[in-house]
Amino acid sequence: MKVPEGLYYTEDHEWLKVENGAGTMGITDFAQEELGDIVFVELPEVGDDFQQHDNFGVIESVKAVSDLYIPVSGEITGINEKLLDQPELVNDEPYQEGWIVKIKLSDEGELDELMDAEDYREFLKEEA
Amino acid sequence: MEKTPLNSVHHEMGAKMTDFGGWEMPVEYSGIIDEHKTVRRDAGLFDVSHMGEIVVRGQEAGSFIDYLVTNRVSTVPQGKVVYSPMCYPEGGIVDDLLIYKIQDDQYFLVVNASNTEKDFAWISEQAAKFSGEVEVKNHSRNYALLALQGPRSEEILSQLTPASLDDIPAFNFSNIEVDGIDMLVSRTGYTGEDGFELYFAPEKAEKIWQSLLKAGERAGLKPAGLGARDTLRLEKCLCLYGNDISKETNPLEAGLGWTVKFDKDDFVGKDALERVKEAGPPRKLVGFILQDRGIARHNYPILSSQEEEIGHVTSGSYSPSLEENIGLGYVESSQAQPGQIIKIKIRSRLVSAEVVETPFI
Repeated sequence: MKVPEGLYYTEDHEWLKVENGAGTMGITDFAQEELGDIVFVELPEVGDDFQQHDNFGVIESVKAVSDLYIPVSGEITGINEKLLDQPELVNDEPYQEGWIVKIKLSDEGELDELMDAEDYREFLKEEA
Repeated sequence: MEKTPLNSVHHEMGAKMTDFGGWEMPVEYSGIIDEHKTVRRDAGLFDVSHMGEIVVRGQEAGSFIDYLVTNRVSTVPQGKVVYSPMCYPEGGIVDDLLIYKIQDDQYFLVVNASNTEKDFAWISEQAAKFSGEVEVKNHSRNYALLALQGPRSEEILSQLTPASLDDIPAFNFSNIEVDGIDMLVSRTGYTGEDGFELYFAPEKAEKIWQSLLKAGERAGLKPAGLGARDTLRLEKCLCLYGNDISKETNPLEAGLGWTVKFDKDDFVGKDALERVKEAGPPRKLVGFILQDRGIARHNYPILSSQEEEIGHVTSGSYSPSLEENIGLGYVESSQAQPGQIIKIKIRSRLVSAEVVETPFI
């Protein structure tokens, strides 16, 4: 189970990478493994505003429908349109080509609530 | 949770497990899409030991079965398997089952796992009211059940048995020896592919499972779970109890009219179903393919192209064979023709779909 260093993590098994106030998020390797073959991702629109923990989209595997939650408040600045035709990228490369949305953070203080890689690894152990 | 005799084997082999109607069952091994394609191309092995087995015997067993279910069973030759719904007097479906004619006075009924207790109680109740002498016994604990499914199934199974599998055509069964174990083997399944179902003593389950996987190695055989079983049956439009059929639906609207033999003297539900037949069912189960992105799921509303509600989805999934999103659902009969455009309400969106000829493949 890959848990790369340098990313923020949530209890909903999402990751967030932050560079100069710009975030990129996706679901973790653990999440994609749990979901199984991903066949559909419903994305928000660029310009949509969300508050931390808002439901902003949906990810569907063959068997199940799961909500996506935004890890930090902000405005959507980009969506991974490749996922519309290749949702399996989330399975294949959850931390790279399988990213889901880009977000402009409105409150970097919210990052304090998120886990780092070490915390998330610990969290996964407790969940198991 | 209930466990099949192969529970620990599934865990050891790394299957993802799920609660299926109170049974801890493997949902996938290598992935639903991979297992699905493997079954269509080569073969897959499913543990379906959770299914229920009920034995009906007695001098009047044949006429009792003909009264109990909608299809005609008593007149088929020994060694035949008959698919049939079993209805309530109101026409709703108690369950759908496979009935094996062992002898004129002995029938082997295979029922859905989560319905086993309900079915056993229902059948016993009907038997008590029936004029002839019949005995009903629940033998579900006495059998492991493996389904070997896919075009290379015969090639694989033939390596483990001296019996000639050509002598078992579709919807027939025989008592043969497989890997040194006597068992009942039928040419049946729930995937729409050629294949076999093997009924045998639960303590032999692990041996037979491993022998089959080994025999099938070169043919590409893989273990498969309930996830692929569901997508496989959906592409072939085989009804799933609890989704496409239930107490609230009757066989005529579900497209199972071919299993209802109105020329039988009497059977449970006959009067109610005759009334439905005369008037024509007001709704029908149809297959559809989504024309835009989204997956239709159980109970999503179906609307007409004028956006009036005309029914609901009963099953829906991504189809690994078609690479499209497909589904089944009940719609008003006037909207049930292939080519009809309908809309599926997926969360807040309306997604167009086309009613198509079934099965999908």
